[in-house]
Amino acid sequence: MADLKNLKCCNECWHNKDNPCFHFIDCITGKPVCHNDVDCEFEQSKKMSQLKNENSEIIIIFVGSGTCGLGAGAGKTIKAISKYINENDVDARIVEVGCIGICTEEPLVDIQMPGKSRISFKKITEEKVNLLLDSVFGGDIPIEHVLGQYNSRLSIDGIPLLSELSFFMHQTRWVLENIGIINPVNINEYIANNGFMGLSKTLQNYTPIEICNQILDSGLRGRGGGGFLTGKKWHMAQSSSAEQKYLICNADEGDPGAFMDRALIEGDPYKLIEGIAIAAYAIGASKAYVYLRAEYPLAIKNLKIAISKAIEYGLLGSNILDSGFNLDIVIKMGAGAFVCGEETALINSIEGKRGMPKPRPPFPAVKGLFGKPTIINNVETLANVPKIILNGAKWFNSIGTETSKGTKVFALSGNINITGLVEVSMGTSIDDIVYTIGGGIPNNKSLKAVQIGGPSGGCIHTSILDIEVDYESLKTVGAMMGSGGLVVMDEDTCMVDIAKFFMDFIQRESCGKCIPCREGTRRMLEILEKISSKPSKGKSISQLERFHSILHLKSLAEVIQDTSLCGLGKSAPNPVLSTLRWFSDEYDVHVYEKRCPAKKCKDLLVYQIDNTKCNGCTICSKNCPSDAILGELKHHHYINQDKCIGCSACLDVCKPKAIFVN
Amino acid sequence: MFNIEVNSNLIEAKPGEYILSTLKRAGIKVPTLCHLEGLIPSGACRMCVVEVEGMHDLIPSCAFPVSDGMKIKTHSARVVKARKTIVELLLSNHPDDCLYCVRNEDCELQKLAKQHGVIERTFAGEKNKYFLDMSSPSIVRDPSKCILCGRCVRVCEETQGVSAIDFIGRGSKTRIGTAFDEGLNISSCINCGQCIMVCPTAALRGQRYIEEVQEALRDPKKHVVIQHAPAVSVTLGETLNCKNGADVSGIMTSALRTLGFDRVFETSFSADLTIMEEASELVQRIKTGGTLPMFTSCSPGWVKFLEQFYPEFIPNLSTCKSPQMMLGAVIKSYYAEIEGIDPDDIYNVSVMPCVAKKFEAGRQELSNNGKPDIDAVLTTRELAMMIETSGIEANSLSPSIADNPFGERSTAGKLFGVSGGVMEAAIRTANFLLTGYELEQSQILEIRGLDGIKETIVQLGDLTLGVAVVSGLNNARKILEQIKKGRNDLHFIEVMSCPGGCIAGGGQPIKTDIELIKSRMKSLYYIDKSEPVRASHDNPYIKKLYDEYLEHPLSHKSHKLLHTSYSEREVLI
Repeated sequence: MADLKNLKCCNECWHNKDNPCFHFIDCITGKPVCHNDVDCEFEQSKKMSQLKNENSEIIIIFVGSGTCGLGAGAGKTIKAISKYINENDVDARIVEVGCIGICTEEPLVDIQMPGKSRISFKKITEEKVNLLLDSVFGGDIPIEHVLGQYNSRLSIDGIPLLSELSFFMHQTRWVLENIGIINPVNINEYIANNGFMGLSKTLQNYTPIEICNQILDSGLRGRGGGGFLTGKKWHMAQSSSAEQKYLICNADEGDPGAFMDRALIEGDPYKLIEGIAIAAYAIGASKAYVYLRAEYPLAIKNLKIAISKAIEYGLLGSNILDSGFNLDIVIKMGAGAFVCGEETALINSIEGKRGMPKPRPPFPAVKGLFGKPTIINNVETLANVPKIILNGAKWFNSIGTETSKGTKVFALSGNINITGLVEVSMGTSIDDIVYTIGGGIPNNKSLKAVQIGGPSGGCIHTSILDIEVDYESLKTVGAMMGSGGLVVMDEDTCMVDIAKFFMDFIQRESCGKCIPCREGTRRMLEILEKISSKPSKGKSISQLERFHSILHLKSLAEVIQDTSLCGLGKSAPNPVLSTLRWFSDEYDVHVYEKRCPAKKCKDLLVYQIDNTKCNGCTICSKNCPSDAILGELKHHHYINQDKCIGCSACLDVCKPKAIFVN
Repeated sequence: MFNIEVNSNLIEAKPGEYILSTLKRAGIKVPTLCHLEGLIPSGACRMCVVEVEGMHDLIPSCAFPVSDGMKIKTHSARVVKARKTIVELLLSNHPDDCLYCVRNEDCELQKLAKQHGVIERTFAGEKNKYFLDMSSPSIVRDPSKCILCGRCVRVCEETQGVSAIDFIGRGSKTRIGTAFDEGLNISSCINCGQCIMVCPTAALRGQRYIEEVQEALRDPKKHVVIQHAPAVSVTLGETLNCKNGADVSGIMTSALRTLGFDRVFETSFSADLTIMEEASELVQRIKTGGTLPMFTSCSPGWVKFLEQFYPEFIPNLSTCKSPQMMLGAVIKSYYAEIEGIDPDDIYNVSVMPCVAKKFEAGRQELSNNGKPDIDAVLTTRELAMMIETSGIEANSLSPSIADNPFGERSTAGKLFGVSGGVMEAAIRTANFLLTGYELEQSQILEIRGLDGIKETIVQLGDLTLGVAVVSGLNNARKILEQIKKGRNDLHFIEVMSCPGGCIAGGGQPIKTDIELIKSRMKSLYYIDKSEPVRASHDNPYIKKLYDEYLEHPLSHKSHKLLHTSYSEREVLI
C-alpha cells in the first residue's frame, strides 16, 4: 500500500480498497474533491508531474525490455548499465519499458538527464553501453546512436524529434500511446497518464446501457479479425437478464507474424485492465477471463502484477470506487493451439475441455462460458475502450473510413526495412504503411506482395497497394483485416511457397473436428507440394498426378470455405485462393514449366554448368553429396539431373562461377 | 408451428427444433454421419449441410434451428457437390480394405460413397496409419478406419458418463484415443460396447472368439456346451430375415446343435437361479440391517463402473454372480458331476448380447482355482456370422428346446433381457419369500419401458420397498449422486449399462435403433404374458438344483459357486 499512500493528496484522503472513494481518480489526478486546499492541489500536481517523469532530479534510463528488446539483448544491456551506474556512482534510475514499436532498432535505451529532454538511442547492445553513458553523462550526445528525442520544452537542438521521424509521424498512436514510454507495471505512472479516468468516468456518469450505446456510436469494431460491431455485441449480453455473465479477453494471438497483443499486454497492461473493467460493467459481468498464451511469459508476468496492483488500489475487486460494481479478472493460460482463438473453442478450453469449436447458434452472447452469456473481445478492442469513454464516441469516429473507425495496430514483418509495431488510422493505404512508415524494402529489391490477416487472410498484389485499411475494402481483394499481422514479401518470394507455408500451418493447427478442414487442408497442402516437387524422381509424383491434383485445388478450396464448422476452417483456403487470384501465372509456371521463378522451390531448381566458364577443376564433383556431377579433370563437367538433389553445394564452391540455376 | 419452404414446398416446423428434425418428419432424406438422435449435436461431419437462403455458407441441418419463413434447398448442386467432396476427403484417408473389413456392406461410409456416386479417387495422399488396439478383452479399436465423427466419444460421455475416449492430437493427426494414448484395457472403459453400436465404420468392433470356439468344436475330446442369454433370441432373428423382435429361441437352439454344440442351455435358467439368490440376499439385507440400497450385479459394465468411479458403493452391490457366470460355475461343477465329465474337458461357451461379458468371463474373482468357468463368449453378431458361415438355412430348421438340466426357465428369467426385468423378476420372488404367496399383480408397469430412470414403490406383505430401475450409466451417476447427498428412500436398484437393457447391448446387431429396441422389448413382455411359469421360484429345475446340490439359497455351497466379491479398481481416468 506504500504506493497508494504516496498518491494520497493529504491525510484527509481515506480511499483504500476496503473503503473506496468514488472520486479517488479525479482527486489524485486533479484536485481534492472533498475539500479545498491549495497546498494539497499543488502537491498533487507535483506528484503527477514526477510520475510523468517531468523535471526529474536524477537521471532516468529507460530500456526497451519487451520481448523484442530482450531478444535483441536488452537484458544484457540493463546489466551493463547497472554495472556502470554502480561503478561510477551515478545517481540514476533504470526503468524497464515496453516496446515503442521500432523493433529493428532494439535494444533501445532512452536517457533523460535532469532538465533535459528524453533522448532515444538505438541498437545499444551491452558493449556500447559504457561508451554511450560516458559520452552522454559527459555532455556529449553521440549522434550516430540517436534515434530521436521526445517532444518537450527542454528539447535539444540538432537532435531530431521522434515524432518527426517518418516512422512515427504517420502513425496515430492511441492504443499504443503509453507503450515503450511508461513503466508498464507501475500503476501510478499509468494513472498519471490519464489512466483509469475512463473507468472512473464510466462508474460516475453512465449506466451500462449508456456505455454500450457510446461504444456502438463510436463505431468500434472487433480488432481480432471478425470486425463485428463491439457495441452491438455488448448490447446482446447487456440485454440478457442472466445473473451471471462473463467477459473474456481473447489474448490467444496465434497468427504467424502477429505480436500486437503481446506488446500491448507487456507494455501497457493497465490499459487492458481498464478496458476489461469498462466492458464488464457495460455487459453486467462480475468475472472476466483473460485467455493468454502460455508462450507469452512476460505478458503473463506483467498482467499478473498489474491485476494485483489494481486490486490493491481498489480498481478491481469488490465495490470498485464505491460504485457497487465488482469485478474479478482471472488469467487463463492457453496451450498455444491456434484454434483456441475461435470463440467457442476458447470457451471450451477455459472450461477445461479440448479446444474445439461448437456449432453456433447458440452464440456465446446467449449461451457461452459455463452456459452463461459471455462476451469475447480481443485485446486491442478492449484497449480502445478507455479512450473512447474518456474522449467520446465522436472523437473516436472522427477518423477512419465510412465503415471502419479509429485506428488499427499492425505488426510489420518480413522483407521490410523497419519491422515492428505501428498504429495507423483506418483508411491509411497499405502503400503508406510499407513505404512511408516501414521504410520500404531492403536491399534494393522490389515489393511483390503484402500478406495481411494471418493464415486466414490473403495477399495484396502491388497493383492494388493503394488499398485502404478498412474491413470491407480488404475483403474485396480477397484479404481481410485479421488481427493485424502484416508480412511484406519482396521479389524473391515464391507465392506457391507462401501458400504452402500457410496451408502447412493450418493443417497442423486444425482442431480435427470437421472433415473439410481436417482432411481438406491436408489435401490442399499435398496438392501444392505436388506441383512444387521434382517431376521425375524416385518416389516422386507422376506428371499425371501433378495435373490431376491441381484441377481439384480450387473446387476443394470452395467446399472447405462453404462447409467448415468455424471461422478457421472457413478461411483456411484463403492463402491459396488469394495467391491463385493474383499470382496464377506463378502457379502456371510451377505446373506447366515445372519451374519456380523465385527459385525457392528446391525440387524445381535445375543446376547447370556453363561450359564456357567451367575449367574442369573437379571441386564441384568432389563436393556433390549425391555424386550427380560427372567430368574429368580439366574437362567440362556435367550435372546428372536425375541424381541432383538441389542442395546448391556445387554453386557455393565453384570458383569460376560456371554453375547457374534455372 | 410455422412453415418453412424446403425445395419449393411448404412444410411444417416446430419452433426451437433443428432443421434436420423438421426434414425427417417431412420425409426428406438428408445424409448424416456424426448425428446421433438424443445427444447434443456436434456439427462435426458437415454431411447434412443444406443451403439456406440468405446465409452465406452452407448450414449443418443437424445443429441449426429452424426459423419462420426459412427457405431451404436440401439437394442443390452446391450442396450435393459439398457432400460428395466430404465423402471423397474421408475416403482419401481411409484404408482401402473393404473386402477384409468386418463392416463390409454394413458400413455407413461405404453407403455414403455409393449414394454420392464416388467412382474414382479424387484426392490421393498420405494416409494416417495407426496400430490396432487389441488390448481390451471386449473391444478392438482400429484408428486407421476412424473417420472422427465423434459418436463414440459422445455416447461414452453423454450416455454412459464414462469418457474413456476423446479426441487427441491436432490437425490431420487428430485421432480418438484414451487417456495418455494407452491401451483401452487400462483406461476407464467399462466395455459396454455402446461405442461399437454407434461407430459408422469398423474403427470399433467387438473382440472375436469364433475361431477359438470352432477349434473346440473340432476337438473330439472337448464336451462343448453353450448357453444363450435372454436377449439374444429376440434379436438374432433380425439377421435371419425374420420379423423384427421375433423370438427365434427354438430355431437358434437347433442351429446351435447343427453347429456342433453338445448341449444347449439357457442363461434364462441361471437368471432364475440369480433371482433365487438375489431376492434372498435382498430379504436378508432388509431383515438383518445390511447395506441398502442393494444394487444388481448382472451387468458387468456397471460393476466395473462402480468399482472404478464409486468404490464407496461396493458394499451395496449384490454379491450374486451374473447369470452367465452362475451357469458357468454350475456347469463345471454340478453338471460335470452328474454327467461324469471331467470339468477340464468341458468347453463352456456363452452367446451374449454384450461385449462386456467377454471381460467378465476373464475376471479373476470369477474363475475357479484359476480356471475360467466360461471359456469363450460370443456376441449375437458372432453367432449370426457363425450361422452364415456354416451355410445353415434358418428357415429349414425345425425349432427345438434347450437341454436339461438347464433348459427350462420361467418368464421372469427371460425378462432379464430388458431394463426393469431383473427388478420385476426379483420382486415376484422376494414377495414369495417374504409372504409365501404369489404377487397378485405380477406385472409392474411403472418399471417397464425405455426411460433411463424408472422408480416406484412396491408393497411386499408388510414391507414397503422403494425401487429404481436405471439404464445408461450417466443415469446411474445421477442416482448415485442423489444417494451420496443423502437420499434414502430406495432399497433396491437395478442398473443395466446399456440404455434399455440387454436388448440394446453392445453385442447386438449393429443396426440397433429405437424402433428395433421397442419391438425386442415387446417380444420379451409377450413371452412373459403368454407362458405359465412366470416366477423363478416356480421353475421346477431350479427346485431340483437346490434339492440335489445347492441345498437352499445363500447356502454355503451357493456362496462358493454363485457369489463373488468386488474391489476398487485403479484405471486411467
